Amino acid sequence: MLGEGILKGLAETAKNFAGSFVSAERMTTVQYPEERIPAAEAARVFPFLVYDGADWEAGMRCVACQICEKECPPKCIYIEKSKDKKPDALGKPQFYPAKFDIDVSVCMSCQICVEVCPFEAIKMDNEFELATDDRFGGLLQDRKQLAKSNEYYHAIHPTEAAEVDARLAAEKAKAAADAAAKAARSSAQAAAPAPAQKPSRGGV
Amino acid sequence: MFETADQIFVLLKHWLVGLLPMALQPVAGVVLSVAAIVCFFPALFALTTVFERKGLGRIQNRIGPNRTGPFGILQPVADGIKSLTKEDIVPLSADGAVHFLAPVVLVVAVFMGFAVLPMGRNMVLADMDAGLLFYFAIGASTELSVFMAGWSSRNKYSLMGAMRAVAQMISYEVALLLSSVAVVMISGSLSLTKIVEAQNHYSYGLPHWYIFTPWGLAGFVMYAIATTAETNRSPFDLPEGESELVAGYHTEYSGFKFALFFLGEYLAMFSISGLGTTLFLGGWTAPFSFLTWVPSWFWFFSKLMMSIFVFIWLRGTLPRLRQDQLMNFAWKFVLPMCLLNLLVAGLWRFMGDGWLRWVICSAILVAAYVGLGWEEMRRMHIGARSYRYAE
Repeated sequence: MLGEGILKGLAETAKNFAGSFVSAERMTTVQYPEERIPAAEAARVFPFLVYDGADWEAGMRCVACQICEKECPPKCIYIEKSKDKKPDALGKPQFYPAKFDIDVSVCMSCQICVEVCPFEAIKMDNEFELATDDRFGGLLQDRKQLAKSNEYYHAIHPTEAAEVDARLAAEKAKAAADAAAKAARSSAQAAAPAPAQKPSRGGV
Repeated sequence: MFETADQIFVLLKHWLVGLLPMALQPVAGVVLSVAAIVCFFPALFALTTVFERKGLGRIQNRIGPNRTGPFGILQPVADGIKSLTKEDIVPLSADGAVHFLAPVVLVVAVFMGFAVLPMGRNMVLADMDAGLLFYFAIGASTELSVFMAGWSSRNKYSLMGAMRAVAQMISYEVALLLSSVAVVMISGSLSLTKIVEAQNHYSYGLPHWYIFTPWGLAGFVMYAIATTAETNRSPFDLPEGESELVAGYHTEYSGFKFALFFLGEYLAMFSISGLGTTLFLGGWTAPFSFLTWVPSWFWFFSKLMMSIFVFIWLRGTLPRLRQDQLMNFAWKFVLPMCLLNLLVAGLWRFMGDGWLRWVICSAILVAAYVGLGWEEMRRMHIGARSYRYAE
């Protein structure tokens, strides 16, 4: 009958209204600054740069390939490549970012930079209290502010970080194996006698 | 003692006016009454905003505002300071004069409606013989101010909101008037004080309010629907539907002008609830004969606040209608019901006392409700939504 749904709806909201005074578990909200709900594991807000070890500058995984800068849809990443090279995690000399800035006010949290990064160097943070009273300088984060340790990454996204670590370890092992194989081959080459020259045809 | 409590505001006014010279007394009396209305209802508005936000919160299993002052009770003060200190922006291409006048016209028109409402025994500013007519004449001019706001803003959203508002308010104005006419037919007077007096009888301890008659109940339901639409409250808040029109006709208003619109909207809600109370809920009369010692103004304002609570409850429950649903509902359901209610009120008047008129009047109204409802709902398919895509 007409109006039945309205009455049902009114009964439901009346139940909520009365229930919210008597049962605390009905309440869906928490008193935010004092109480907090732990962030969901997949929560993502703003990217950060992962570094290994204790020194953020030495351990930074980023090699300033600038793929993220090119892929970023709102163009909020600015990278300046270094002139010199420093050894990366595999010991290979690589460029590093002399400058790596991300603008908080422009970033749209799309995670595309994370997906395109071939070096597992940029990841998403779940820190969301990024408000500041300085709307220009305060919202532009430089590489020092962006650098966060691998341990921090493990703390906020444990599953994802474990996968990344496994992948990196596999790569490292493969690189080591390749290097060993290469070394073995070259040493074998060195050890083996030079192939005998074919006898020239035709007699004198 | 009870008499004094009942008439306390009237006595206070007479005492204050008596302090002045004789020549000034009539003017002073009016000014005093106007000042009381102009001070009291905005204060009630401030309280209502915080209670509405808290009530809606409770309906959604939240706490609602609780940071400003104890239990968030100072929230309206913060809101007031905020709207006073905000920049007052007038769009470059707006019609400045009309843009400025629109909120003023709204608030003035709404305040004038309070003049004829009897808020207690002997507590009416202007006891007009045609009080109801005056009320509706003044109430209709709020449509003008809404359209002024939408038109002068030079904004598509504003104009569309204003168009919607005018279409909606005119459609429901008809239902509002027709549902009130039944009361006039029975009580035989357009004077609101006389209408209240007509309901101020008791039998078996129960009052003779018009809502306790078949035509009165039907009329009250129609009146409630029409007032919700007239005051642009949810579920009829299409003129300011945030998801479609930003804020409708007050999109281009900021600062205190916006606050005036907000105030006007709530004042309209109070005054129209007060009118509904007067027409159907017995105005300032007590709900039981043994409670007649409680001051009359207490009953009026309790009924008023109950109506406001129902408004808030409805807002927390119902989703917004679509424009065609709104119009269909007004012209195909509310209006026929109102017209039929006029017939039923006539029957009630001429059938004399007895149980027969109760049966016949109720049967006609219930049959019409069920029949019209069935007709309206016939082609409605309620269930999972299906989507059609372009090939």
